[in-house]
Amino acid sequence: MASSSEKVKVLGFWVSPFVRRVEWALKLKGVDYEYIEEDIFNKSSLLLKLNPVRQKVPVLVHDLKVVAESYVILEYIDEIWKQNSLLPLDPYQRAMARFWAKFAEEKVFETAWNALCSGGEEKEKALKIAIESLEILEGEAKKIQNFFGGDRIGYLDIAMGWIGYWLPVWEQVGCMSILDPLKFPATSAWAKRFISHPLIKHNLPPREEMLVYFDKRSKELSSISQGWIKV
Amino acid sequence: MAESDVKLIGAWPSPFVLRARIALNIKHVDYEFVEEKFGSKSELLLKSNPVHKKIPVLLHAGKPICESLIIVEYVDETWTSGSSILPSDPYDRAIARFWAAYVDEKFFPSMKGIAAAPNEEAKKAALEQVESGLAFLEEAFGKISKGKPFFGGEQIGHIDIAFGSLLAWLRVTEKTTGLKLLDQAKTTPQLAKWAETFCQHPAVSGVMPETEKLAEFAKLLFAKMKGINPQ
Repeated sequence: MASSSEKVKVLGFWVSPFVRRVEWALKLKGVDYEYIEEDIFNKSSLLLKLNPVRQKVPVLVHDLKVVAESYVILEYIDEIWKQNSLLPLDPYQRAMARFWAKFAEEKVFETAWNALCSGGEEKEKALKIAIESLEILEGEAKKIQNFFGGDRIGYLDIAMGWIGYWLPVWEQVGCMSILDPLKFPATSAWAKRFISHPLIKHNLPPREEMLVYFDKRSKELSSISQGWIKV
Repeated sequence: MAESDVKLIGAWPSPFVLRARIALNIKHVDYEFVEEKFGSKSELLLKSNPVHKKIPVLLHAGKPICESLIIVEYVDETWTSGSSILPSDPYDRAIARFWAAYVDEKFFPSMKGIAAAPNEEAKKAALEQVESGLAFLEEAFGKISKGKPFFGGEQIGHIDIAFGSLLAWLRVTEKTTGLKLLDQAKTTPQLAKWAETFCQHPAVSGVMPETEKLAEFAKLLFAKMKGINPQ
């Protein structure tokens, strides 16, 4: 009988927070999978065959089915494996989780990334939006005790989990302060709880290597003045 | 008579508002359409969507739901009798969400890129992007519709709504560039036929903006964006 881990594969890139989302979700569901590392700067024929339209990781392969886009994959995982639900059952609560995930992606992730990869006025502009958006998120973080998913990690925790680990690396590399724990105590506390969770803390890229990678990558991107980078 | 349980804050030219209207129409939901005046934002809008201050906003029993595709999924999950917007199979749902995300993240920005192009060279590049996007969507239609009239099969589904809502603006783009983008004869025969069928569907025909009227509005909009007084 074939091992169940052969049925699920994840194509990823070691430092991508989008890929980790998928892995966190699979770990939370207790689903075994085979991880395949991709060099996104030298894309394999496998990646291009599996995801010709977007040509990005993560890609989930489940039996012969191929799913791309991290949020799409999260919902797929939640629908296939019913244990430890990621999204709430109530349609309004689901809409709220999806809303905040989109907000965090567009207004915190994208802006922090642009702040990291730019300088001068552009950097200041991006930083301002990131911080203002965190102020809004802080309001939501104040409403929770443990995780956005309740007692267990849920969809929104996974969506925003990068805040607790990637963001401090970007802050260090980019000499910027975004998630100030004094200004954002609730978000900082939540982020710490998330990153310390046993299923998460053993599934994070090595910090030292992240610093090297993002230092190099941000310098490359800032040297090509290309305007706003969409993630 | 009791105040309407379902309100939609929107404006007739917006493709995103159109998505919400089509979804509500498919489900035969009675709703009050609260039209925003061009150039100003009502108190109700600012109160209902303080984060983005944008339309559409669905108000269901006073609870606001924002972001067009999130609204569509909410409508699908809340009004469960009658036609489903998302397919029932998780993999088909993932495909539908993938293409809806593609429309929002790649296709729509490439359409906007044509109008925003500062010179002929940029315009040509933007047009090429739109054409390649349409080629992807043409191929996707063939695979997903399986010979039926819509991406959703016999009935309008998620991708139909996500992409179909842009048709009026696509026609305006064809008008202003003088180019046929949805081309029956050459590049996109299936999509050209689909577009016709979609626009004639009872859930769509009453709310899809007329191309002429939208073209006039577009002139007003671009003039306002450039700070010129329109003639």
